[in-house]
Parts: sequence; C-alpha cells; structure tokens
Amino acid sequence: MMTRRHALMGAALSALLVTVPALADDINLPRQSVDLVAPPFVHAHEQATKEGPKVMQFRMVIKEQEVVIDDAGTKLQAMTFNGSMPGPMMVVHEGDYVELTLVNPETNTMPHNIDFHSATGGLGGGALTLINPGEQTVLRWKATRTGTFVYHCAPEGSMIPWHVVSGMHGAVMVLPRAGLKDRDGKPLHYDKIYYIGENDLYIPRDENGKYKSYDSPGEAYADTMEVMRKLIPTHVVFNGKVGALTGKNAMTAKVGETVLVVHSQANRDSRPHLIGGHGDYVWETGKFSNPPEKDLETWFIRGGSAGAALYTFRQPGIYAYVNHNLIEAVELGATAHFKVEGDWNNDLMKQVTPPEPIPPAKLGAAETAAKSLVR
Amino acid sequence: MLLAMKFKVAATLAAFASPLAASVVTPVSLAPAATTNVAETVQIAPANFAYRLAGDFSKDTTPATAPLRNLRLDGGLSIMKRQVTAAEYAICVNEGECPALASSAMAADRPVVGVSWRDATAYAKWLSRKTGLSYRLPTDEEWVFAAATRANDDAVPLPEASDDPSKVWLARYESESSKVRPVATAPQPTGSFGANENGLLDVGGNVWEWTDSCFIRAKIEANGTTRTTATNCGVRVVQGAHRAYMTDFVRDPRTGGCAAGVPPANLGFRLVLERAPGIGLMVARGAARLLAGAGIS
Ligand SMILES: [Cu+2]
Repeated sequence: MMTRRHALMGAALSALLVTVPALADDINLPRQSVDLVAPPFVHAHEQATKEGPKVMQFRMVIKEQEVVIDDAGTKLQAMTFNGSMPGPMMVVHEGDYVELTLVNPETNTMPHNIDFHSATGGLGGGALTLINPGEQTVLRWKATRTGTFVYHCAPEGSMIPWHVVSGMHGAVMVLPRAGLKDRDGKPLHYDKIYYIGENDLYIPRDENGKYKSYDSPGEAYADTMEVMRKLIPTHVVFNGKVGALTGKNAMTAKVGETVLVVHSQANRDSRPHLIGGHGDYVWETGKFSNPPEKDLETWFIRGGSAGAALYTFRQPGIYAYVNHNLIEAVELGATAHFKVEGDWNNDLMKQVTPPEPIPPAKLGAAETAAKSLVR
Repeated sequence: MLLAMKFKVAATLAAFASPLAASVVTPVSLAPAATTNVAETVQIAPANFAYRLAGDFSKDTTPATAPLRNLRLDGGLSIMKRQVTAAEYAICVNEGECPALASSAMAADRPVVGVSWRDATAYAKWLSRKTGLSYRLPTDEEWVFAAATRANDDAVPLPEASDDPSKVWLARYESESSKVRPVATAPQPTGSFGANENGLLDVGGNVWEWTDSCFIRAKIEANGTTRTTATNCGVRVVQGAHRAYMTDFVRDPRTGGCAAGVPPANLGFRLVLERAPGIGLMVARGAARLLAGAGIS
C-alpha cells in the first residue's frame, strides 16, 4: 500500500509538471450540476422528462472518518463517499452522461476509487479513478441502461472488501426518460423517495468480548480482516448506524402517498420487508426494463445490487422496514421505521375485541376442571 | 420512635466466610469492619407521594393514560442506599446461590449489571439467609417513593378516545423518540450519578433497577377506579430514567429494532430491607433478635 506521504509527494510533483487538461469538449450537450444530499434523502429530480440527454455533473469528496455505529458507542474507522454511509444517491435518465468529480483530500490516508455497476468498461470506472490523498479525478460514463445500481470503492485486492464494508458504497438510479411503468405500460409515479443503504459491519473485539476502537483505518485493518473472513457481521444496519432511521430519524409518509424505497447492499444479501405493508410494485433486481413484480411480502436484494419497491400507504401508524432475517433486524440493527399519518381504515383492520380475560364459558372442560382444583 | 426514624442497618459480610457475621448497631450506621459490605440502607420516613400506576390501561375499549394516584407508605421504607455491586453479587455466585453472569467483571465500586429479575431475586434470598434479615426487591410503588424527584412520570398524553389505534401509537412513538439516550452505557463507579433527596445514589442513572411488580392490564371504570383484567408475573416493572417492562429472564435490555423507543441501558437492582411490624418499639430487642437470627458465632 502506498503511504500517504509518498502519495502526497507524487501528487505535488505531477501538479508541477502537468497542467490539468481542459475537459474534452467532445459532447455537445446541456450540462446540469447537481448538489448531492445525504441518504435517506435523494436530490430533487424529474421522474419522466421531456428534455433530451444531458451531462449530469456531480462532485463527491471522500472522507475517512471515525463514526459511532450503535447506542453503546461502538466506533468504526469509516471510509465514506461524501461523509455518509451509504454515499449519496445520484439520479439521472437513460441516455444522460454522469460526470463525477471525485476528490480525495490530503487529510485522508489511503488511495480510493469508484466502480459504478451502471457504467460500461474500465472496471466500472475503477481502473480510471484511483486517486491518492491530495488528488482528484473526473470520470464520465454514459447511462445506457435503466435501473438502480450500486457504486463502490474498489482499490485492489483485500482493500476492496475492506473499503466497501468500511462504508464506501452508494447507489445510482437511472430512470427511463418516460418514467417508471407497470408491466402493462401504465405510468407509475412516486410522491417521495427514500434511499436505504444496508451496511454489514465487522468490528473486532478484545479478549473480554468488548468492541475495540482504533485511531486510524490502517490500525484497524488486520483485526478487521480477521473478523471479515469469518463472514459473520457484528452489526447489520441501515444507513451506517443502529437507529439511523428510527425515532426522530424515522422516515415519514401520509396515507395515500406513494413512496419509492431504493435499497442497496454492496456486499451481502438482504431481504427487505415492510411490516404492516407490502411492495405494490417491486423491481427486485432493480432494473426497470424488467416488469415490476406485484404485491410482494418480502423481496430479495442480492449482495452487490440495489432494488426498488413502490408502495402506497393505506393505513396510518408505525411501520417497521426490516431485513427479514429478524436476527439481523432486531439483534444486529437492520431496522428502520416509517411514521405514517392519516385516517385509520376500519375496513382494512379493526380490533374487534381488545385483549381481555378468556370468558369462562369458552374454557375447555379440562381447563375448567383444572381451574376448579386451584381453590 | 426517634430511634425508628433513624434506624439504619449495615450488615458486614466477611467475604466467603460462613456463617456470616452480621451485626446491627443502633441507632446509627456502623463502621464497616470486614472486607465486604452489604449496601447500607437508608430509612425514609412515611410520606405522601404521587404515583402513576404501572401497566396497560384502557377505558372502554381504547388505550388510556394510566391514572395518577396519591399514595402513602405508612411504614416508610428501608432501602439500599446504592445498587448492589458486581463484587457483592460475585460472592453469591461463588457460594453457588446466584446464577453466574456473562460479565466476569468483579468491580467492587460498580453496580452489577446484566442481571435478570431471577438473578436479583436469588441474590435477595441468599442475602436474607446470610444476614438473617429480610431483603427483597422493592415494589414499583416503593421504588417511586424512594426515587422521589428522580422518578420519571412517563405518562404519555394520549389523544381523545377514538377507534383509530394509530393515533395512540404515533403519540407513544413520538414520546419514546424524544427520550434522550444515555451517553455512557458502561456501568459507572457507584455515586457517579449523585444522590437524591433521600440519600439514594445513582437513581435514574444508566443502570435500571428491577422491581417486584408484575405487569398488569387494567380497565379504568366510569367512576375512576381501576379493575385489573390480567396479571403477568413473567414480566416485571423495571425502573430508572424511565419505566420499562421486562421479561423476568432478560439480562440485556438492549433491543436493536422492532420495538420503538429507548430501552434501558443496563439492568441492575437494589433491595428493600423488610422491617418487622412495629419495629420502632423494638429496636433494642430487635437488634438482639436479628443478631440471633443471623446465627452469629
Ligand atoms: Cu476506498
């Protein structure tokens, strides 16, 4: 691994020798610059668009930073795109060009890059974007196919899984220019969109079973690899932290609102389920050229992919959105909540009789006999 | 009577020694002579106090805020000044009378945590036998009385009765979500969270305390009285920065997920010292009797 000092010196030298080439002006299309927002939110965007293809410009700064991942204060030396886990979601339309400026500030310690599953060639861009602390690069790729796709850091060798499970992944959504459709070609629209990125985390423990903390990613590396190679995460969470999407941070909706939930998992399989709701239309593999499945109870997100589920809330209350491996949801942290306001529909559900003592008449003969024996 | 008000008991345990030396000195606390102490108890004088009933209440068929009652403990209360420590619990484990805990920490200056109601109850039985005194977990009412201003009335103002269950649900969720999570979850040295007006240490700190009260479901009648319709002693009331209900075999209250709200950070306990009725009249005699009961050699 290149040390930071070498990297910095290399960067300084090349800055002296080479002037930054002007961006190739081979694409004569309108340009639009987009400010990214941290998940679970997604930057403003059109769903169906009447405009022609554009060059969509994004900028992401890589941040190596210590984060707290649970209520016990367990710390992770995280690596992030733009300071969030997952990195922000980029939304474009089919035929657009994504032009990303990727920045690796001097304050970081390691080289990073980006591999877009939605891009074609060059290891998804990974081969062209490896930058050292103090460097930046611009990559442009054409959005040739629609769907939700993972992006992640992929430097080399063991660095790849380590950077990914340290937080370096996010998602791109390439919408059809005419927007989403059901299997019969009827347009589908969402009132709200949320982006959930699932993280499997592998925190080393000391001899007493307590989670260890480290001063830098490099110091955490060897111990973390040991935990990773056993394939059992210590935490499975949404958006970087146990409880990142519950309580005050719960997602919200109103009865009658249609919500698109994009769920990515860059490393490991997951199975989202909305407790008390469904997936009205689900692109389980995330690719919009395939007709959405209808009325799903649970859907499967393959490790290294992102899927999308559209749901119209019909009943108010709290909904839990979980990884329906319930051990991972409850014990390891993969739970989010929706707070939904509106009017209750007694036709869909009604508590006919609240919990009450079992009426004596309904006791079986044996139970009655047993009861009479007890005084 | 004056003596009764100031009645304090501190029994000294000679660690691992059996039979154990227990002594009661009146009217003030005695200086510890042996290596391990049983937590000193403080005597709280009878007083009136406001008490929010524990459990699930409903009016007609809809959830309702638990009634607030004005209670009085006529006999006052003798309760441990501090939570039972890890080192104290470890003695009981060593004697084979308390279940061993996952945590091997034996800290003498920190509360034992990761204990279930069953563990706490086993400890109370063992300690009572060792000392010849009668120790038990407090009821929820007693705990609130002793906690005084540190007790948290967690009543959630509920919306008007309606057949829309989501309103209550959302109101409770908001209330739970607004609770502050404890900063440090590791047990802190005894006394870290200060004393309340009754001299109890660490009430409402980051260790919640088991009580002996069972979970109940009750109806609020039209005249304001309550009628219990179900009692589940497999679930006990846990008290601390806020009230919680825990299955009696649970040692780790942390939940990652589905349940909304903030779980207790740690489960520990302190015990009540049961006083014989009319103890005020028999302090002198009582001391002798208690000593005899402890089988002092
Ligand atoms: Cu990286």
